[in-house]
Amino acid sequence: MAKIEEYIPLVGQAVIDDLRLLGERLKGKVIQHINSTPVGGGVAEILNRMVPLLRELGVDTKWDVIRGGEQFFEVTKKFHNALHGRAEEIIRRDFEIFMETSQQNIEGVDTYGDVVFVHDPQPIALIKKKAANKWLWRCHIDVSEPDARVWGFLLDFIVQYDSAVFSAPAFSRKLPIRQFLISPSIDPLSDKNKELPQETINSVLRKYGILKNKPILIQISRFDRLKDPVGVIEAYLQVKKYVDCQLILAGGTAADDPEGFQVLEEVREKAKDDPDIHILLLPQNDIEVNALQRASDVIIQKSIREGFGLTVAEALWKAKPVVASNVGGISLQIKHKYSGLLCHSVEGASFAIKQLLSSPAYAKKLGENGREHIKNNFLITRHLRDYMLLFLSLYYPEDVVQLC
Amino acid sequence: MIMPELIKAKEPFKFCTRLHLSELTGLRATTLGQLLDFIKEVPGACIYHHTHRFLQQHQYLSPEPPNDFAYWVADVLGEDELGERLASIDTMLYSTIHDLRERIYLTIEDYLKGNPVAKLKFARSGEEFHFIKSVSFILPTNYLVYDLGEFARVLRKITIDSIYFHIFEARLRLEKPTNDFSYWIENSLGDKKLADQISAFDPYTCTLEDLRNKIIQIVERRVSG
Repeated sequence: MAKIEEYIPLVGQAVIDDLRLLGERLKGKVIQHINSTPVGGGVAEILNRMVPLLRELGVDTKWDVIRGGEQFFEVTKKFHNALHGRAEEIIRRDFEIFMETSQQNIEGVDTYGDVVFVHDPQPIALIKKKAANKWLWRCHIDVSEPDARVWGFLLDFIVQYDSAVFSAPAFSRKLPIRQFLISPSIDPLSDKNKELPQETINSVLRKYGILKNKPILIQISRFDRLKDPVGVIEAYLQVKKYVDCQLILAGGTAADDPEGFQVLEEVREKAKDDPDIHILLLPQNDIEVNALQRASDVIIQKSIREGFGLTVAEALWKAKPVVASNVGGISLQIKHKYSGLLCHSVEGASFAIKQLLSSPAYAKKLGENGREHIKNNFLITRHLRDYMLLFLSLYYPEDVVQLC
Repeated sequence: MIMPELIKAKEPFKFCTRLHLSELTGLRATTLGQLLDFIKEVPGACIYHHTHRFLQQHQYLSPEPPNDFAYWVADVLGEDELGERLASIDTMLYSTIHDLRERIYLTIEDYLKGNPVAKLKFARSGEEFHFIKSVSFILPTNYLVYDLGEFARVLRKITIDSIYFHIFEARLRLEKPTNDFSYWIENSLGDKKLADQISAFDPYTCTLEDLRNKIIQIVERRVSG
């Protein structure tokens, strides 16, 4: 795991100095994170990296996990889908199961932190233990169009917190408590994002039989309709009429997802026998993902819906020109024509890709701007800073907090 | 070359840094009419956020990035002329958020008088204007300087957030008469000419890194006589 000093060559000494200044302001406070799992999933992944870094910065940070049985997690999975706007059959018994497990956790979890930082809906009912300490609720989910019944159920808990945190402005709504915008981040020193030797990149291309003899377009996403892989092939076919290029569609295996298999079949059918379309079923291998992104000329993210879309940040961090749908948190990462190109359709995507392939200098400039934008706004160091400011905001209600 | 002896300041310049957090309001506009109504009533911290966010988040872009209002009315509603009018508001002319807010809404009202149909346009779903507040935390750094030589050296290594604070936020948000650098140079070093040179810049028309370099250049020219 990287140490805080290792980020200095990437973000500069002064940024790390600022983090240390903030750490000093939080001396004496215990920050207690609570979520539902220590491994697996985006929340655990980011906490695994952030907790040690916060400790290094002098912030006394703890991490506790609630308990729950299979039934409880089936219910919270339904809640998760419903909050994403998907139709779910949720019955009264589901709410009862949620409350029964929550009650056990209310009795079993010690909420000793000066700041108790609760992540996502699973532990939300712990707020019933609120005493003189401060409580934060972090929503990692796209709740732009939530199921009204589930949202209403959660709202009774949310309003008891001191503040809530969302990942994108579209996820916020009028609330009687303070709410902050904190975007997710990428770790520039992780296997998925660190610099790679050219030989590693070449060996990954060799492994998958890809020649670098024509421009490479790539979309890296699981085979899911919401990622529109068929639309990506249609855009590629339109580009191919004018610019000879190749397309890589790379995603995780779909062993436990029957719909994923179906989508994969549709993708194969659409690709037919075009030798320039490479469909790669990638194992969970961050170095390979990194290498394929670095080998590409244009990176595509043609999602129909997207929570935040950190794959865009990963692409921009590698200074690659990106064509992406204007959905979810993608518009926070790409300002159209400044740090990438946004699109709304297959035709829009193909036009943007053609522009980038035909104007390498323009593509290069967008990629460079994109990398700078990610450096300034979406790296883990910014995330650490925002979290520490968030903790301070609990003690300072003003809009301008003068600590000089 | 013999360097002239540098004047020592009566009071040192204490570099501060400004870090910000974005606070959501839950308020969103889908039409120009709604945008106008919200601009009149949202907290000043929202007006500040949407006229200055771009400077910090897109500090590598040059020249003159638009403010959020200008960007939205042009790119989302397609009202390019109004976008241009909003982007060209000279922020340097306004010493308070109150005055800047008034200039923005009067610009929109004036435009709507001549273009009433513009009020009928709607933003697509997902492209609404979300009002956000900027919450600033101002912290002292460990840098303290007594003369222009030290001042230029620290300017080279201090965060861009610190330069941003002393140039933009101190003047407009804390309503000081000028930027902090010019104030210290004039009042503690007695060098009005240099102070005026720095305050004469329009910092809204360059990137923050360019601004840093311009100030360093002027100060170093002064130091070398």
